[in-house]
Amino acid sequence: MLDYATLKIIWWLLIGVLLIGFAIMDGHDMGVGALLPFVGRTDLERRVVINTVGPHWDGNQVWFVSSGGVMFAAWPLVYATAFSGFYWAMLAVLWALFLRPVGFDFRSKMNDARWRAAWDWGLFVSGAVPPLIFGVAFGNLFQGVPFGFDSQMISTYTGSFWQLLNPFALVCGVVSSAMITMHGAVYLAHRTEGDIQRRAIAAARMFGVLTLIAFSLAGVWLAFGIDGYTLTSAIDRAAQLDPTTKSVTRAAGAWLSNYRAVPATMALPALAYVGTATALWLLTAGRTGFAFAASALVLAGVISTAGASMFPFVMPSSSTPNHSLTIWDSVSSHLTLGLMFWAVLILVPLTVLYTGWAYKVMGGKVTAAYVRENDHSAY
Amino acid sequence: MPESLVDLSRLQFAATAMYHFLFVPLTLGMTWLLVVMESVYVMTNKVVYKDMTRFWGKLFGINFALGVTTGLTLEFQFGTNWAYYSHYVGDIFGTPLALEGLMAFFLESTFIGLFFFGWDRLSKTQHLLVTLLMAIGSNLSALWILIANGWMQNPVGAQFNPLTMRMELTDFWAVLFNPDAQAKFVHTVSAGYVTGAVFVLAISAWYLLKGRDVEFAKRSFRIAAAFGLASALSVIVLGDESGYTVGEAQQTKMAALEAMWDPEPAPAGLKIIAVIDEARQKNDWEIEIPWVLGLIGTRSVNKEIPSIKEIKQRNRPRIVSGIEAVKALQALRADPANAAAKAAFERHKADLGFGLLLRRFADPVDQATPAQIEQAVNASIPRVTPMFWAFRTMVGFAFALLALFALAFWSTLKVGSEPSPWLLKWALWMLPVPWITCEVGWFVSEYGRQPWTIYGVLPTSLSVSTLSTTSVVASLAGFVAFYTLLLVVELYLMIKFARLGPGTLGTGRYANEPAAMAAASHA
Repeated sequence: MLDYATLKIIWWLLIGVLLIGFAIMDGHDMGVGALLPFVGRTDLERRVVINTVGPHWDGNQVWFVSSGGVMFAAWPLVYATAFSGFYWAMLAVLWALFLRPVGFDFRSKMNDARWRAAWDWGLFVSGAVPPLIFGVAFGNLFQGVPFGFDSQMISTYTGSFWQLLNPFALVCGVVSSAMITMHGAVYLAHRTEGDIQRRAIAAARMFGVLTLIAFSLAGVWLAFGIDGYTLTSAIDRAAQLDPTTKSVTRAAGAWLSNYRAVPATMALPALAYVGTATALWLLTAGRTGFAFAASALVLAGVISTAGASMFPFVMPSSSTPNHSLTIWDSVSSHLTLGLMFWAVLILVPLTVLYTGWAYKVMGGKVTAAYVRENDHSAY
Repeated sequence: MPESLVDLSRLQFAATAMYHFLFVPLTLGMTWLLVVMESVYVMTNKVVYKDMTRFWGKLFGINFALGVTTGLTLEFQFGTNWAYYSHYVGDIFGTPLALEGLMAFFLESTFIGLFFFGWDRLSKTQHLLVTLLMAIGSNLSALWILIANGWMQNPVGAQFNPLTMRMELTDFWAVLFNPDAQAKFVHTVSAGYVTGAVFVLAISAWYLLKGRDVEFAKRSFRIAAAFGLASALSVIVLGDESGYTVGEAQQTKMAALEAMWDPEPAPAGLKIIAVIDEARQKNDWEIEIPWVLGLIGTRSVNKEIPSIKEIKQRNRPRIVSGIEAVKALQALRADPANAAAKAAFERHKADLGFGLLLRRFADPVDQATPAQIEQAVNASIPRVTPMFWAFRTMVGFAFALLALFALAFWSTLKVGSEPSPWLLKWALWMLPVPWITCEVGWFVSEYGRQPWTIYGVLPTSLSVSTLSTTSVVASLAGFVAFYTLLLVVELYLMIKFARLGPGTLGTGRYANEPAAMAAASHA
């Protein structure tokens, strides 16, 4: 079996991979949901939009569910502390997501304009709210979250829900919302034609630019306005650790120290810029499939920038910095990490393979004619 | 932890899990029924079987949407409301949950899309393969979640680590092949198959009563009757009973659900009804069939089944020993190098959970009075009356369902004759019964595990997140309101499409087509 210290780093990377997978796969149908009322003007247009993700949204949503499950298995203390601390934020995500399965499946089963309009806005909420909240959550992780443990390791969160909605966190929320909406727009441009495609391309441009503006603003703010966290005690990475026994200090500009230490990591934020520019250029050139790949790189760039800035921290504590959760001391046992490593290594590529096949089977443009012909089976 | 917070958290978990399980059993059963119907279509090439797959698939889809919706909560609720539980056992419990997502949900959810939308893009065999993979996916998810649940009842393959203050995995194979989990898996999926079969049987019976789409309904009725009979036998025969011999949790449940206060000579009798007096720990009055419980519970005529009083007697010294474990652990937390504490902890660590159980009545536990210890002893078994009646409800309904399927199956064997109208009516009226039975069954299983979340390891009273009770009241109200609203919408659509029947496929082969077109037409 791999040694414990290596597995801890691998697991940090794997959680990153799962989050990026979630953003790429579930993100594009959330983006489509967020754009639905705007790129689709008539009922038929909206059905076209919905059916671009109709056969896939459910499989894609499993990226979210599995990320949660895998975090439970590999980072149980993070799973426990983050989700109970961000209680109302998490419930807002869940309740927004409730509208998705029923929105997709129930909307077109009744021939009533008000019924359908209601579900359209339901799909909008379920596509727009979760990415916003995920961004806000990340914004709060950067600033540290007020929590600590007692001697039994019972965690207590001392903040409130409204405290999460601070200006920096909201900027992070805009980054997340904008990039996910751009990603959905690029996907729509690939799967539709005519008016819908034209509107989707316009939306992709708008949200692509917004992504970069907000991302730059968040970066500058992070460098000059947000205190980072630094480990100040020696840590035995190969050992099982009690997460409350290290020492951590807060320092201005500390979130940039990894970039100073390993300059190659600056490629990660650069990827976000290059990816956005490439995606928008490819859209203009009509290469929508490649544009989708470029847009996926943007998501990978933004999410890995966040991860690399905070490494090795996952969830810093603002009230008790020494209790901050890091990738060294908030992980499962050696045996569980090893076991789950092999599980992910085998199952995720297999999933990507059959998901790819499903997209291939259902590939091609979704048109108004397709929806009319499949009136009784299409969404 | 405040008791009200614990009670509210339990109530929220129970409510969200029970809502979820309104949709799960139908999915488990329908996916296999769809595989059967579509296999017949592929083998015989008769289009009516394709129509059956598509129509029953449509109803299955309406149900599935809410299964997905309510399932989301369960993946995250351990973290939101049971943070200490998640920390304490995540090292073991998280793994089957993660594998459920990676291995089962992905499979089920990816192929369900192709099941609905791939008819014109896949060959017949390819589409059947898709349906099969969807069924395997949904059943695999039941396997993993029951491995997780089985570990809560019978926590094998793990031990406590004082440094990290949690249980850690020592033997994954023991968790995987936990006999409790395996027995529960078979029992639970079979109950799902029964539910799917009753669903198809009851709605087909309604079409037959109305004399509508008779060929379609007769074939559906026949498949459901055969599938249901096999499943009902499996639920009862292979079912949960084998699990009762395993582990202390199951012994405690068995004693409680039988209201067996005092030892009875082997083989014990099975009580049909009883008037239970919990305070005085006796039954005022009971009717009993001799021998049956002993035979079922021990598979022997001479092994005794432990009674409630015996189990309490067994738990008392463990609570006393648990006090030592808690004390030693506290010393170890303060100074991990304390050799005396380490040795004391090693001696008593098997009873740590019982020491934690006492904390609900005495904190710190080393100052517990004999009366407080007695309170903990009495709280170490679940309340008897709800267990007793819930179990009898479950078993009674299970036998009623078995009888229904036996008669329905018999009626389809006789060439040329039709199921009689009273059988059809009975089948229709039985429609809600499998759902009630499933929910009551889960109640027996999980209420019977109290006062533990992990039997003998972690008491429920310690497992919750440190939230304000106001937060949990508000979220509980939100969940119940949201789910109820969605359930009403779901039932409305389900009833509407079931009433319209296969005409909604728009194939031109079924009754009701013009009406179905007008009401359900899309564009």
